[in-house]
Amino acid sequence: MSEWINTLHPAWQALIRVLLVVLPILMLVPGMIWWERRLLSWMQDRIGPNRVATITWSKTSRLVPGFLRGKKTHFFGLIQPIADGVKLFLKEDITPAAVDRVVYFIAPAVALFPAFALGGTLPWGPFPALTPIADVNIGVLYVLAVSSLGVYGVVLGGYASDNKYSLMGGLRSSAQLISYELAMGMSLAGVVMATGSLKITEMVKAQEAPLWGAVPTLQNWFIFTPFGFISAVVFLVCMVAETNRAPFDLPEAENELIAGYHTEYSSMKFAVFFMGEYAAMFVFSGVFAAVFLGGYNLLPIRWDETATAVPAMAGLFKFLGQMNGALAGFWFLGKCALGITAYIWLRATLPRLRYDQLMSLGWRSLLPLAVSNLIVVALWIVCTEVYGASAAWIAVVAAGIALSVAAGVAHRIAQRGRPNLEVRGVRLVGGNPAQDEAVVGGPAA
Amino acid sequence: MEGVAQSPNLLVFAAFAGVAALAAIGVVAFPSALRSALCLVINFFVLAFLYFSLGAELLGITQIVVYTGAIMVLFLFVIMLLKLQAPALLHERQDFKIPLGLAFGAALFALIGAQVLGPLQGVFQMRADPGYGAPEPVGRALFSLYLWPFELASVLLLIGIVGSILLAKRKL
Amino acid sequence: MTGVPLVAYLALGLLLFTLGVVGVIVRRNPIVVFMSIELMLNAVNLTFLAFARYLPATGMKTTRDLAHGAMAGQMAVILVMAVAAAEVAVGLGIIMAIFRLRDDLDIDEMNLLKG
Repeated sequence: MSEWINTLHPAWQALIRVLLVVLPILMLVPGMIWWERRLLSWMQDRIGPNRVATITWSKTSRLVPGFLRGKKTHFFGLIQPIADGVKLFLKEDITPAAVDRVVYFIAPAVALFPAFALGGTLPWGPFPALTPIADVNIGVLYVLAVSSLGVYGVVLGGYASDNKYSLMGGLRSSAQLISYELAMGMSLAGVVMATGSLKITEMVKAQEAPLWGAVPTLQNWFIFTPFGFISAVVFLVCMVAETNRAPFDLPEAENELIAGYHTEYSSMKFAVFFMGEYAAMFVFSGVFAAVFLGGYNLLPIRWDETATAVPAMAGLFKFLGQMNGALAGFWFLGKCALGITAYIWLRATLPRLRYDQLMSLGWRSLLPLAVSNLIVVALWIVCTEVYGASAAWIAVVAAGIALSVAAGVAHRIAQRGRPNLEVRGVRLVGGNPAQDEAVVGGPAA
Repeated sequence: MEGVAQSPNLLVFAAFAGVAALAAIGVVAFPSALRSALCLVINFFVLAFLYFSLGAELLGITQIVVYTGAIMVLFLFVIMLLKLQAPALLHERQDFKIPLGLAFGAALFALIGAQVLGPLQGVFQMRADPGYGAPEPVGRALFSLYLWPFELASVLLLIGIVGSILLAKRKL
Repeated sequence: MTGVPLVAYLALGLLLFTLGVVGVIVRRNPIVVFMSIELMLNAVNLTFLAFARYLPATGMKTTRDLAHGAMAGQMAVILVMAVAAAEVAVGLGIIMAIFRLRDDLDIDEMNLLKG
């Protein structure tokens, strides 16, 4: 279908591939903003933007068909993001007097870069001629490397603004990203072990194998395997933290830091920060979909095998399988939309974490969980290869119980000798100067 | 020796090397610590691309993860912390050390350059297998022949973690 | 990249190393001195990799030895990276500890150990 692209000059091929990643992300950002505002307002029992893009038809004009005259057509405020964009473009671009100008100007661009660069290894479908941009054999490491660059935009913006609150935002962001990157890497390492390859395309292919190596008609999406599920949970939390979204939006906590690192930014420079955040959300959702949710497959069903298993409806299943392959890009996009919806849902549901809670979650919960998950992955692989799927399940459940008991004991030991500061369900912070400082600003480094 | 015209690769290398060298000069020359750190970030980033050009993909990406993603963020963190606590602290003074350091650097460059670069001038051919930097062979070597150094490095990192916690905690 | 001589990589490595040395001598800000040390380590990494690619260890007989030869440079780089990470964690901790103790960060004034 798309093989004709291989006949073009490599430069054109590269251009087509790049445009196929960058353009959808750029065009989807306004859609995401609209979706977030509408969904959030629905979840919070508000109305949300519903005025822009309402057409009031003329009562008298002959150009309007009769049944429309004098009526209003509502489009759910769909044009609102464009109105926002126009507003941001036309606002005065204020640069405070004391800023470090060079750094202040490059910070938004730096914030935008990783989000787009991250799209480079995501496969949008089984079309090797079109996507991904580069199927490098260090795919997952590339994702980790580029996502680790996401901190620079925030840090530079915070530093250059010459504002104490901005600086604190940058400070928090750098600590947060370093902490959650570890757990993210560890959670991906488990999946890499199960796949045996770092390529993301290989990971998607590995998920098309029979479920648990035992059910031939279903696909082995990693989120359905026990270790993959834990990895997915850890990765989900880390990806929310990496994109600085609620409940991990400490770098821009409104009630503590005004607007955090982008307090001093206005007009288009602020808009670029904003776009970077949404593009990062989209791309991280894409990574999640590709690594855990079976990539570009709509349903975890192996159509060809199902067709042989149910000969009566073989034609239907074959057709569905072809549709699954041909419209792969849409399924992938749908999964990204699912991820973004999860982001918005989390924002509407959870209150912001306190700084010490953030650190404690990252270092004391997610990292041990991800590391013990690695052990479980190793068990799963060995047991599946040697004894088969049922033995692997038994071993993994036993290992899970043993590890949680060990974690419980460790927690009990760690808590011993600490004063119980729990008063009416609210854990007080006090008596420990390091912890007090951690709440106010950076950790007690 | 091949000329520049026959070898566009040399031009690409020259561009990368130029950026790396300029950034390195920036690290030393910028009076502000943050600018120095940014130059170092650029330098490490470009070095990662030079590693790619040498075929060492895994190490190139590790360079980005470890250096620009972790070490430099730590540097920026400390710089910001210091700015928050003592804004006017980080500035430099001009004195005799600058000409001295420059002279010493030039001498070092000339000395080592004369000793090392001369004999190796004719080497153009990359003798190692092109796939030598892929994750799989590196991983195999790391976990078989080089297992002991690897484990020792992990012990070193553990000691580093314990040491930094000891230094950072005010009250144990 | 074919067509680039080994000397080019080595010269760049040497230049970066020299700049690192100059930085260590010239600067008084311990953080920048630290960064210069990182620069030196990276310069060495570059030369390690250049040698590993151009001149993998020769004089080896078995294929295992040859594979070993091409890997040696990369292994050294990995170990240098581990050392650098540990060094930065401890070093920045020391800098912060000194700052807390003295409220000052001039490296020329840090002479408490002077007899």
